[in-house]
This record gives sequence, C-alpha cells and structure tokens, in this order.
Amino acid sequence: MCHLPENPGSGTHRRQFNHLTLFLMTRAKTTINRRSFLKATAMAGGGLMLSFNWLAACKAPSGDEMLDMPDEWFDLNSYIKIGNNGVVTLMSPNPEFGSNVKTSMPMILADELDVDWKKVIVEQADFYPERFDRQFTGGSMGILLGWKPLRTAGATARQMLVNAAAQKWNVPASEITTEAGVLYHKTSGKSAGYGEMASLAAELPVPEEVAMKQLSDFKIIGTSRKNVDGKKIVTGQPLFTLDYKTEGMLIAMPILPPFGMTVKSVDDSAARAMPGVKDVFTIKVLPDGYEQNAFDTISFPEMVVVVGNTTWEVMNAKKAVKVEWQLLDERAFDVQSWGGKQKVVMPKGLESTSAHRAWMAEAARGKAQVLRRDGNPEAAFKSAAKVLERTYTAPHLAHNTMEPVNCFAHVTEDKAELYAPIQAPEFIRRTLAARLGMPQENIHIRLARMGGGFGQRAYGHHLVEAAVISQKVKAPVKLVYTREDDMTYGIYRPTYTATYRAALDKDGNLIAFHVRGGGIPEHAVHANRFPAGAVDNYLAEGWSLPSNITIGAFRAPRSNFIAGAEQSFLDELAELAGKDPIDFRLELLERAKKNPVGKDNDYDPDRYASVLKLVREKSNWDQPPSGVGRGVAAYFCHNTYVAEVVDMRMEGTNPVIENVVAAVDCGIVVNPDAARNMGEGGIIDGIGNALFGELTFKDGVPEKNNFHQYRMIRQKETPRNVEIHFVQNEHDPTGLGEPLFPPIFAAVANALYRATGKRYYEQPFAKHIAVSPAMM
Amino acid sequence: MATITLNVNGKKRVVEADPQTPLLWILRDHLDLVGTKYGCGIAQCGACTVHVDGVATRSCSLPVSQIGDKEVTTIEGLSQNGDHPVQKAWLEHDVAQCGYCQAGQIMTAAALLKRNPNPTDADIEDAMHGNICRCATYLRIRAAVRTAANSTI
Ligand code: FES
Ligand code: FES
Repeated sequence: MCHLPENPGSGTHRRQFNHLTLFLMTRAKTTINRRSFLKATAMAGGGLMLSFNWLAACKAPSGDEMLDMPDEWFDLNSYIKIGNNGVVTLMSPNPEFGSNVKTSMPMILADELDVDWKKVIVEQADFYPERFDRQFTGGSMGILLGWKPLRTAGATARQMLVNAAAQKWNVPASEITTEAGVLYHKTSGKSAGYGEMASLAAELPVPEEVAMKQLSDFKIIGTSRKNVDGKKIVTGQPLFTLDYKTEGMLIAMPILPPFGMTVKSVDDSAARAMPGVKDVFTIKVLPDGYEQNAFDTISFPEMVVVVGNTTWEVMNAKKAVKVEWQLLDERAFDVQSWGGKQKVVMPKGLESTSAHRAWMAEAARGKAQVLRRDGNPEAAFKSAAKVLERTYTAPHLAHNTMEPVNCFAHVTEDKAELYAPIQAPEFIRRTLAARLGMPQENIHIRLARMGGGFGQRAYGHHLVEAAVISQKVKAPVKLVYTREDDMTYGIYRPTYTATYRAALDKDGNLIAFHVRGGGIPEHAVHANRFPAGAVDNYLAEGWSLPSNITIGAFRAPRSNFIAGAEQSFLDELAELAGKDPIDFRLELLERAKKNPVGKDNDYDPDRYASVLKLVREKSNWDQPPSGVGRGVAAYFCHNTYVAEVVDMRMEGTNPVIENVVAAVDCGIVVNPDAARNMGEGGIIDGIGNALFGELTFKDGVPEKNNFHQYRMIRQKETPRNVEIHFVQNEHDPTGLGEPLFPPIFAAVANALYRATGKRYYEQPFAKHIAVSPAMM
Repeated sequence: MATITLNVNGKKRVVEADPQTPLLWILRDHLDLVGTKYGCGIAQCGACTVHVDGVATRSCSLPVSQIGDKEVTTIEGLSQNGDHPVQKAWLEHDVAQCGYCQAGQIMTAAALLKRNPNPTDADIEDAMHGNICRCATYLRIRAAVRTAANSTI
C-alpha cells in the first residue's frame, strides 16, 4: 500500500517510459498549462501592479550585489513577474526538500524567458493549484514533468514582451530578437529592456503558440548555478517551518502509542500543573468514515497532545502525562490510490521483528501472485547445467530527516492558514477540508523549505494534526515532534525479502530466471524490469503480509531494496557463469535489444548498456588498484539509468570505501554541479543505509528512537572520493533524487564480497562484519 | 523560573526561564535565534552546535544556568555579513542540499579551524564526525573545510 508510484497519475504497476523520445521542442501550444495564464488573461486590458513590500531590498541569488527593487511589478503569468527596471521574479512552484528544484526550475524559466540570471529573484510559490501545475516533489518527477510547462511559461512571457515591443516600435514581431533581458530590432537599431515593455506586455493577449529555444541556444540550462538559498542557509536565516513563529503562537507536542494501540485513559493532572502548560487533550486525526487517499497514511487514529508556551516546557510536561493504552481492533479500509482503490488491512496485535521474520520465512514458501511469466521456467530449470538460488532480506528503515516532523497552523472560524513542510500539498488539502469542515479554497498552505523529505513528507498527517489542535485551542499552533516521536511515528520503508533462482546451460548462458519477492506489507518486485526481456524463461511472483506498522515512500520506493537484491544476485550469477560482471550484463542487454522476450520490458537496453560502458571506462574497470575489492551494479528506475562501481578496502574489520564512480543517464542535465551534489548524496546515503540502516520492533514498540541507537552514516564512513559522470545526450531531463540510491546497495555488497571473500545477503551489512561503533 | 543574563553574539541578553532549559531552546524560543537547529536533543547529531567561549558545544545538552558570563556565538553571529571563511567556502562548494544540518556543520568547522588552522584530512574527519547530514553532503563538507583552511593560513 501507499508507496509512491514512479509515474503518478497512472497505475502503480504502470510501465515506465520505454523510450523517452528525443523531444526537440521547437513550438508549443500554450494551452498545456493554461492555468498558469489565468492571472495574465484575467487582468488583460488593465495591467497589474503588485506591490511587493517585503522585497524592498533583495539580493539576487547569484551574487552579493543588491538589486534595486522596481517601483512596479507586472505579472506576465503565474511564474513570472517583471519589474519596470528589468528585475525579474520567478516563482518556484514545487516544494523544496533539498533536491534543489528551487534553483533548477527557475533556471528553466529564465532560459526560455532569456534573462540575465543575475537579475532574477526566486520566490517559493504557495500551494496554489489554480495557478500552478502539479506542485509536488517526489518520485524524481519534478524536472521531468516541469520541463515542458516551465519552458512554455518562459517562452510565452518572452513572446509577450516581443509582441509589446513590436506594437510600440511598429515593426513585425518576427524581426525582434532578445538577449539577456533586452529586446532588439536590428534594422532600426531600436532596443529596450524587458522592464520598459513589461507594462504593455502584461496587457497583451497570451499567444496561442510560442517558439522554443533550440537546445544549442540554452544559456542557463546546462550550466552550474548555485543554490538560490545558499546564503540564507549558511547564515542561519529562518527557512524551515520549525523556525517559524507568530504572535501568540503555542507549541504542541504529541504522545504516541505503540503500533497497534490507542488511547484508553489519560492522567494529565501532574502535567497540567507544570509551568507553561496550556492544555492536554486527545485528538482524532481523520474524520469518521473518511475515505483516505494514498498520502493520508496515519499510524495512530488518535493521539494525546500537550499544548504550552515553549518547546522545553511542553517537552517536560509530556513526560509527566500518564497514558494508558489499549489494543486497537483490526482495521480494514479502502485507500484511493493510483489505478483505483486499494484495500488495506491492519491486523490487531503487537508486532515484533522476530515475528515478522518468522512470518516472512513461512510466507516465502506459500502462495504468491504471478506477476509475469515468459516461456517455460519449470522445464528450463529441470534441464539446467547449473542452478543458483539466493535469498535477500532488508529491514524496516526510518527516514530520519534532520528536521523532525512539524507544522504550523492557524485555524479560525472560516479559514485555515498553514505553513508546512510537505511534498504533496494537493492531496492533504482535501483531507484538511473534510476534517476542519470548510471548503478547500479557505485553506491556504504555504510551502516551507523542508529539512529533508525522502518520501516521508509526502504524507500530511502533521498538517491535519496541527490544524485540529489549532482549531481546538483557538490559537496559532506549531506542532513539533521530538526526534523520538519522529523516529517512532511510522511510515517506514517496509521490510522486504526476495528469493532469486537462475538456471545456466553448460556454456554459462542464462536460460531461466525466477524472482519471488515478499514483504510486510508490500513486496518490491518490478516484474517488467531487467532482466525480464533478456531471458526466454522468466517468472516473477510477489506476496505480502498485512501489518499495523505503517509504511510509506522512502527514497526510490521498492527499488531501494530490489535493486540491491537483483544486482547482487547477477554478480554471483556472472561468477558462476565464469563471466565478467559487466560483460555478463551487457550480453543480456544485447539479447534484450536484438531479440526481446515479451513486450512490456521497462527499459531501453541501449541506454542501460551505455551507463555500464561509461562506468567501465571511467572506473578503469579492467585495472583495479591493488588491494581493493571492486563491486559493480546498475539499475534503471525513475526514468534514469545508473551504473556504479565501488572500490573497497578492509582496514581490519572496517570496510573503507576508497572510491565510487557512477555513470548516469538522466537526459539533459539542467544544473550539473547541483546534479552531482544530489548524486553524491544518493550514493553516500545508500552506503549508510546498506551498512547500518535498520529499525526493529518489540511488541509494537520501535527498538530505536534516537541517533544513539539508530546508526547513520557519518563523516568517517564516507567514501574518500565520489565521481559522477553524465551520459551526454538530448533526451528530456529525468530525475536524480532517487536513481543513484538503489544500485549502491548492490555495488557495496559486491565490493564487500571481493574485499572479504564473503557474500552478504542480509541488510544491514555491518551487522555481519565487525564494524567499529560510530564515534559520536 | 529565574532571570538569566547571557552574552550572545556580543550582546547582553536577559531571559526569564527555567534554569535547566537547554541553551538551544533559550536561543530558539526566547531569543528568536533559530539558525541553531534541533536534531536529536541528546548530543548525537551536532545540528545544535554553537560556540561557547570559542569551543564547539552542543547547545541541546547545555543547561542555560551553566553558561554564566561565557561568550555564546551562534550561526547568526559567526560573521557580520555572512563572510566568515567557512561560510564563503560553503557557498563556493555549494554544500547544502536541504540545508537543515548546515549551521551546525559550519559552527563545528569554524571552531575546528580556530583551534587548528591547518588540519589534516584525519583532523577534519574527526572534528566533523559528530555532525549528521541525512542528505549526506559529507564530501562537500570535507572539501569546504579544506578550502576554508587554505584561505585562512
Ligand atoms: S540537537 Fe544537539 S546534538 Fe542533536
Ligand atoms: S543538508 Fe540536509 S541534512 Fe544536511
């Protein structure tokens, strides 16, 4: 249930783009994002002046120089305002959680608008579905889905400025050129800055169709631009919801039950007498009978909250509240999901990891759903010269974003104001409206920079909780989870297992492949991914078991387990076949290209092979440094192809990663240095989770609740060096937040094998090698 | 409740608070200096790092009553114009992803360079090991500390 599909708007098992067509966009109809032009058309004839008092003095993101603020601003569309002095404000539509969309999306606008990046101010847009398309950050889809609307919005505004100049100068629009925010008419020698034409441009009709730049004409896209919030971050300015404060704001904190339990009784007498405490009460999070959508996941239908003046006072009062819990009954309900409704069952009882493992071992031998079948796998296995079978497992993982869950809400009689760290505001506004009993239009959600998201912030329970608390106490409230609350709330990466079997003929050719994956409460099998299509006899099966421990999207959902399992298995299989692990994969890809089995294969074999070839070249694969164990893995998910090579050396029992080389095909790279940053993060975060990531449970209670128990990768375990190489091509850009993460689990496992002589099947790997404890 | 006088970023500040309150919450809730972040509350993540008399200190685990007249410096007071060599190096390497941990990272790095202006790679890793970054910007942090060190010697 509830994982983030990679292509929202379609079924969870929908095929990925087989071939992202080379799309050299030259002209586009502006109707595709008509909503973003509402503002411009609504004010046609009048022109609109916006007063942005809070921008009285502002720095351009690209430099230290102060920009002079204009006297008047003109809205050309929802994304673009131009000042009468030529300064430009670009609205960044999607929530920012660290993937740098607040820089890269405006870069796309700015390039098509043809302005000087130094004259640009970037602002985070509020959640405003009437004006912006898809304000959602997740699934590595931001740039892919934003590419066309943002280019169109930029090009349309540019065309309106050109049309204004044509009218004023009385020359044909086709003779006007632009460069860096200036309009030129060569024949007459006339020129004017965008600022001079902005007032007239804002009154003109929106063109039906506009010309787009040729890729070779990009001036900003493809060049490295620094984070537009960089200076604010390094000077500690308030950017996050946790930093937000208003007059009269109260602090609220939850008291959470174990999984499978809810509130029976509350003794708050001691807490109420403590300094600063305003109230203690129990809230119901969702309305009765409410049909949840995929992002309404809640772990606890009710929670006790303590409300008071300051964080420290409320934290202390929490400890003085005595809550008695009782078991919840089994819960069964429908969740609206992509591709229809899904039934979710949450059984009664207190679950433990030891029981999960036993259930999974049993279920692995039981019934499973056939997800794909090609040829006759059973017969092929019977005729095989060699058969390899291996089982892989991975535990629950907690997101552990550095900013814990929190949300500001101020709910009055007829409206709600929220300032929230949220990846998917559109889904939660509907829920807020139902819970608060007010129309969606009366709910205003401002999007804060998030101190990490990784999928967890797609789920908006904290918005509902904050709003319900504010409504009850009739005051602005900031709901704050402690680290312990954050780590024990749920919405975890599920625990998974997968058993792989493969058959080789006497020449070492792969003749049959079988994957049977399971998990609690979902499996991670993507039946149509590689090596499907490359082997005649193929079987993919999946099973799952219900649980009352909630799960949710976690950086590259499902791929974050199955890539590691599959790519470790292929490594061992290549060895059994007596082949080089890269050659072995390339042979399979060649087969999938020349003579594919089945029609639904979810990858382009050429692009897949190209990252393997690039990583072979860049890592100098054939000549590994001496004393180093080298592991390779490749994967395709979230529309991006990745191959990674890890060089590992053992220092006693500690694995030291000397170097990681990655090859990535994500199409056009919008902001190369930022893309590398994202890739390095995915790799290092993946190494950390592969080695250390694990959350276990005993009787419904997570056995770790803070960083003294939950080991995170730190500075000393970080590789000495990480190199990221991008395949150069002209495909539309795809995402980077997730795709570098999944394959690294296998690259680490395969390098560990080469460094230690032992294969590792059970994550986290550090449990099985005596890695020294983290120095705190 | 007690009246407590503190020296924060070169200014005298007076707060009314429980003397056991960790400095972190005095800064954030009482003085509106929210650049110093809460990450764990138990001295395990470094997000709350400030300087107390120039030494990197986890403000989440330091009761305000123990500070006395020592000088507290937060990220807001590290430099006048955000131009401390460490801040400049952080911008040059475009270190941040989500940015949440970075104030703590910068304060830890600045304290390191104050006591050891020319750190080895091992010194940098030792000093920075206590600061968690879930976005895993560790490589850039390392590189930025090196750049800052080179610019100050
Ligand atoms: S908040 Fe102080 S070390 Fe984590
Ligand atoms: S930049 Fe996100 S936690 Fe460090």
